[in-house]
Order: sequence, then C-alpha cells, then structure tokens
Amino acid sequence: MDNKGQQSFKPVSWDEAFDFIAARMKRVAADHGPEKVALFSHGSGGGHFKHLLKAFGSNSYVAPSFAQCRGAREVAFKLTYGEGVGSPDRTDMEHSRCIVLIGSHIGENLHNSQVQTFAAALHNKVKLITVDPRFSVPAGKSDHWLPIKPGTDIALLLAWMHVLIQEDLYDREYVTRYTHGFSALKEHVQHLTPEWAYPITTIPAAQIRETARVMAANAPATLIHPGRHVAWYGDDTQRLRAVAILNALLGSWGRPGGYYMQEKVNLPNYPVPKYPKITAKVQDANKGKYPEAYAGVSTAMFDASIGPDALYKAWIVYGTNLPITVPGVAGRMQEAVDSLDLIVAIDIQPSEVTGYADVILPECTYLERYDTLRNAAEQTPNLALRMPAFKPKYDSKPGWWIAKQLGERLGLGDYFPWKDYQEVLDWQLQKVGSSLAEMQKIGVKVFPRKSPLYFTDGADIEFDTPTGKIELYSTKLAKLGFDPLPNYTAHQEPPPGYYRLNYGRTPAHTFGRTQNNRYLFEIMPENVVWVHPTVAREWGLGNGRYVRLKNQDGIESNRIRVRVTERIRPDSVFMAHGFGHTSKGLRLANGRGADDTALITNVLHDPIMGSSGMRANFVTFLEGEV
Amino acid sequence: MTRYAMVIDMRICVGCGDCVTACKTENQMPDGLTRDWVVERTSGVYPNLSTEFRSERCNHCSHATCVYVCPTGASHYWRDTNIVLVDEGMCTGCKACIASCPYDARLIMHPEGYVDKCTFCHHRVEKGLDPACVSTCPTHCMYFGVLDDPASKVSTLLRTRNYKTLLQETGNQPNVYYLT
Repeated sequence: MDNKGQQSFKPVSWDEAFDFIAARMKRVAADHGPEKVALFSHGSGGGHFKHLLKAFGSNSYVAPSFAQCRGAREVAFKLTYGEGVGSPDRTDMEHSRCIVLIGSHIGENLHNSQVQTFAAALHNKVKLITVDPRFSVPAGKSDHWLPIKPGTDIALLLAWMHVLIQEDLYDREYVTRYTHGFSALKEHVQHLTPEWAYPITTIPAAQIRETARVMAANAPATLIHPGRHVAWYGDDTQRLRAVAILNALLGSWGRPGGYYMQEKVNLPNYPVPKYPKITAKVQDANKGKYPEAYAGVSTAMFDASIGPDALYKAWIVYGTNLPITVPGVAGRMQEAVDSLDLIVAIDIQPSEVTGYADVILPECTYLERYDTLRNAAEQTPNLALRMPAFKPKYDSKPGWWIAKQLGERLGLGDYFPWKDYQEVLDWQLQKVGSSLAEMQKIGVKVFPRKSPLYFTDGADIEFDTPTGKIELYSTKLAKLGFDPLPNYTAHQEPPPGYYRLNYGRTPAHTFGRTQNNRYLFEIMPENVVWVHPTVAREWGLGNGRYVRLKNQDGIESNRIRVRVTERIRPDSVFMAHGFGHTSKGLRLANGRGADDTALITNVLHDPIMGSSGMRANFVTFLEGEV
Repeated sequence: MTRYAMVIDMRICVGCGDCVTACKTENQMPDGLTRDWVVERTSGVYPNLSTEFRSERCNHCSHATCVYVCPTGASHYWRDTNIVLVDEGMCTGCKACIASCPYDARLIMHPEGYVDKCTFCHHRVEKGLDPACVSTCPTHCMYFGVLDDPASKVSTLLRTRNYKTLLQETGNQPNVYYLT
C-alpha cells in the first residue's frame, strides 16, 4: 500500500491481508508489548474489535464520542449526580413542560429518537427556550430565543442560578434533601446578577429574569438540556457542571419531564476465556493530565502515537475517519504513518483515513450484517437486533467475521468459539427468554422495568459522589485543584476581519459518513457558509457565490458557497460539519464543500477530562478566488 | 368526489427532508428528480426573526388546471377523487401542464419521456396506508386523510387550528394545508 493519503491500493485475498496484519501485530507485541496496539472505534461493529484487542492484551481503545463529543457532559454529571447522562440521553422530553436548549440544535441534528421525543414535546406545547447565537431550527420554534454572544454561556447559567436563588424560585425541599453545597453556591452567585451577565452575554437582564421564572414555573418538569456535542471552549466540564447545577436547583433530575432513571436488559455475555491481565491504561496516553478522563482521549492517543518514544506502535481504525473527525490531526496524519508499524483501516467506504492505511479491510454496510445486540439504557429496557436485509456486496465482510479471522491468526481462537455470530446472538437471547428466531420477526423486544423510572417522592437517595449527595459544590474538583463551583472566564475574540467559526449538524447527513450516499447527496451535495448580510455587504459576497475561507493559522478551505442570511450573528459564520472530502474514492462527495475540522487548528483541551474544544477558531474570506 | 387532503404542521416541521428521501425511494425516482421538496422562508431582521419550513408537492387541487389544459387526457383525476395522476402512455411531453401548474409541482420530464409528479402515493392509499412522506416523517407533523369525513384527523385539525394554503387566489382549490 502506498499510504501517503492517496487512495491507491492493491487488491489481495482476505487470507493474505489477515496473515500480514497478524504477523505485524505479533511483532509489535513481541518487541514492545500488546498494549502498543491501539484501536480507534466508532459505531456498532466496534465491539468486536474491542473484544479482539482485550483478548490480545490491550486496553488501548478510544472513541471520538468522548473527547470530541459528549465526554465533558458525562464527567460533569458524574461529578454532580454520581452518574452521567448516558446515551441515548436520559432526557424525558415527552413529559417536559419547559425545555432549555443551549447551543443544541435538535432537528438539524437528526438523532432520530431524540428528534421524535423533541417533536412530541412540541406537540404538547412545551415552553421552549433556546440559547444559540444562530437562529437555529429550534430557535425558530421557541417561545424565547436568546441570541447569546458565543463563548459566554457560563455567565448566563450563573445569572439564571442567581435569579432562582435570589427570588426564592428554586426547589427548596429537593435542594435541602438531596444536595451538598447550597450555601456555598448561594454565596458564589450572589453578585452574578443578570445585570452583570448582560454586557457579557448581550442578553438583556429582563430577559434573563423572565426566562428563569418560566423555568421555575414549570419545574420540576423543566429540562435544561445537556446537549451532546459539548467540546467547545476548553472549560466544557465547568459549563456542563453549571447545567447540572441548574437542573438540581429546579429539581428536575429523577423527576418526570426532567431526567429519568435508565434501565437496560440484564444480558449475559457469551462465555469466552478470561481476558489476560493488562496493567497499561488508556489514560497513560494523557501523560498525567485530565484526571477525570474515565475513557480514552483520542487527541492524546494520536499524539502518543508519534515519535521514537511513542506509546503506540500500531492502529486499528474502525469506522473512524480521523482527519475529518478529530481536530488538529489532519495535517499530521503522515507523521503518524511514518511513526507507526501498522495501520489497519476497517471501513465501508474509501474514507480519507483509508488512504493512510497499510491494509484496508472492507466491511459490509449495516444493512448487510449482524452486529452485537443493542441494549441501551432507556425508559423501557429493550433489545434490538441488527440483521442483514440482503447479502454483502462485492467481497465485503461483516465486522464479527473480520475480528474472528484476525483472532484465529493471532492464536486467540478460543475467544471466538462460534462459527457464525448468530450462535452468540441466539445464546444471549435464549438467556433472557427470547431467541434469534423471535427477534428476526419482531426486531425489537421490550422488557418490563424492575426499578422505578423516577425518584419516589420523599425517598432518601444515595448518590455516587464523595458526599453521597448531589454535589452543587464538587468536593472532588476542589480536591483536584479545580474550581469546585463553575466560574465564567472570557474567551478569545475574533481578530479584526475574522469571524468565529461555528459548525454543526445538518439533518441529511451523519457526521462525515454519508456525504457519498446517492440519496443524501442529492438532498445536500455540499455545505454552505452562513454569512450575515452586513458581513456579506462588507466583503461584496453574493448569495450562492463560492469563496474560500482562511483560518487564524493560515489554513485555507476548499471552495464553499456563501449563504447570506439573517439567521446568523455578524460576529460569526456557520457551516455544516462533514463536507470537503478529499478522497477520490468518494466519487460524489470528493471536493464538494468545505471541511470545518481542517479549519479547527486551535484546539482548547479541557484540563479536567481532555475534551477538544473546537470553537476558538476564526476565519476570514479569501477574495478573488475561484 | 372523495377529497383527500394532506395537512402539515409547520410548528413541528424541522425541515429535515426525510419526506423527500422517502418519496424518492418509495417511487424510485431517477437521479436529480424529486416529487416533493422543502422550502425554508425566513423573515425579519436579526434577532427578530421567524422561519417557516414547508414540505411542498402537488396540491391535488379540486380544480386542477393541469387536468383541464392537458390536450391528450393524460392528466386525470384518479377514480372519483382529487388525486391527480399522469397516464405515462398518453403523455406526449407537451408541457402544457407544467405551464399551467401554479405550484411548479410537475417535474420537467422523466427520462422515459413523460411529465412526472406526486401521486399522493395512491398505490399505498388504496391499501389503506399513508403516503410514504407522511409515514416516514420523524416529527409526525404530516397528516393524510379524507376531508369529507368530519371525524378524520385532517378535518379535525382544519377545524381546530389556523392554517393556510398556497396561492389560494388561483382558484385551484389546493388540498395541501399548512397549519400555522
């Protein structure tokens, strides 16, 4: 393979590919140790490769869903409530009377079940408050839209706390019974008035007061939504702590219309030998930073894969298109290639990352394979089966088969004691009173709940925090030397002539994965950059015209069409994420639109848990181009 | 005439375009052609704005100009309903219907040489199913039913909610309604 980012490859047999990979993996294990093989994984087939890695003797796996997405939220809620929000989000939107969205554009982000419950809330005439510098789709459906200045959310959250406490609108009984540190919080926000927050956020004090009263009037069925992609400014854990605290003041955690208690099916694992004992931790990559990173940090793992004393010597990359997923790595892919002994990419399409791999293993799509059972903690425990709708095309194979073949060649056949993954699924399903045959007919099976969905009124509850209470004041953060109560800190402003680069989702596409899908391509073949009319006038940009963007570090984008719209603040621009593909193998998507991730070179790492803050990047327009 | 209507709640619609993809796959539309589409209209000045999303298609008008102008009879009402169809075999591609449709709801030309359009998925309706777009919508903001039945969901919604239709002044009597 020529793995210099070019999509040139030589077709070989599956046997030859597996033998090559196994020989390299064995060599890495013999020379350096099995934990030097790392896995980047995203998606439902990733479990097979995590299993393979653990059997091989490595715990070195990361998913971008932690540091690039919802990790800070999980950590903040764990610090406050002793448990995270989890995925799917435990938001009880169908029963909410008031929902507050902070930078979360549900509807543009088409997480299907989330959109359905959000729509149910709209059908129920929920009071909707949206905080977003952009007039997003939910902003357009809101009773109150707060067009906040980017980067100032913590100030608004603190001012809301001030109003709830000052006007005695918080849930006194809930706070007394369940929380720790109220008096410290009260003192902390005493002077953080709406008048203080106004010049910071540009949200008028009266509007801050009014919206706080709306939240209180509908509490505890008021959901301050935790968002999902929360890696913004490097103080993300603190911002999400403020969100968690606000929910606690309203008493919405564990209450209808707020956050429900999750329950999943108690599904046994198929019996396999015990994994070897592994002393290395994925956190070793963090080099002593990020004390609350309970999961691997992808940027740290990337950094720790480069150089003569690199911690990692081989990568398995499952469904994770690193250059357009993880910020700050696109320009350094070749360094990683040069340093690593092996890169294996398992993908359903020639994503950019496959161009850097030594071996590409073509997986069949989700419609052509069995995967592990979906057993997500939700309102109602349920299992869902993924099964093939048709046979794999070309010579692509399911993930479970690829993992098993590799395992056998690595001498780990005992960990894969099945001929066909259907045996595993049937065994697991029989254990919970179902069967593969039943699931093939019904697809999803719902099980009765065994635990309460909400807190019982007046019940004593032990939270998994150091004090056993909901920690408004975080004793753990205090001990670690971080702010135990969230503080607002000012973030960098755009230099003259530059605009803050905001990015987000678009309903037609999922991350950077679907732009080459014929049907979805047709709905949205390329992204556009949203520009306010005054900015467009200043630069002489017409609607629909192509421009190129340049960021603060001189990185230039592919050409992208201008969309002149009132829906954006004059200090920012916005584009949908996932476009600007450069892989020539993506025949439709290649060269269409601009890649936001490439423009995100200033990454603000959260010192508490290592998330990659992406919103301190600024772009200007290159004139006379295209 | 049995009048079928589609009612779309714009307060709920997020403009995602699932209706477009659902139609495209259900009706196996060729590349580049769709029978429905989503219009976004924003009015006002930042920050006093409103945005409207409209999933649009043929209005299956009770007075369909396209049916009256069609010289060959290809454009016709399906059975005794307001569902307007095009008989592919009788269509000569003269485009009179395209010119006469106030909604631009007729596709320029199917590659096989006839004018194509939304059928309200009559092949599903006759089995008692909703059109593909309605049944797919993740926000459940679309409704389909018989307007002459006062107990139907569409009739109830039009009785109890504010709504508008598009280009009412043409006198075409469109049957796609938008709840406001």
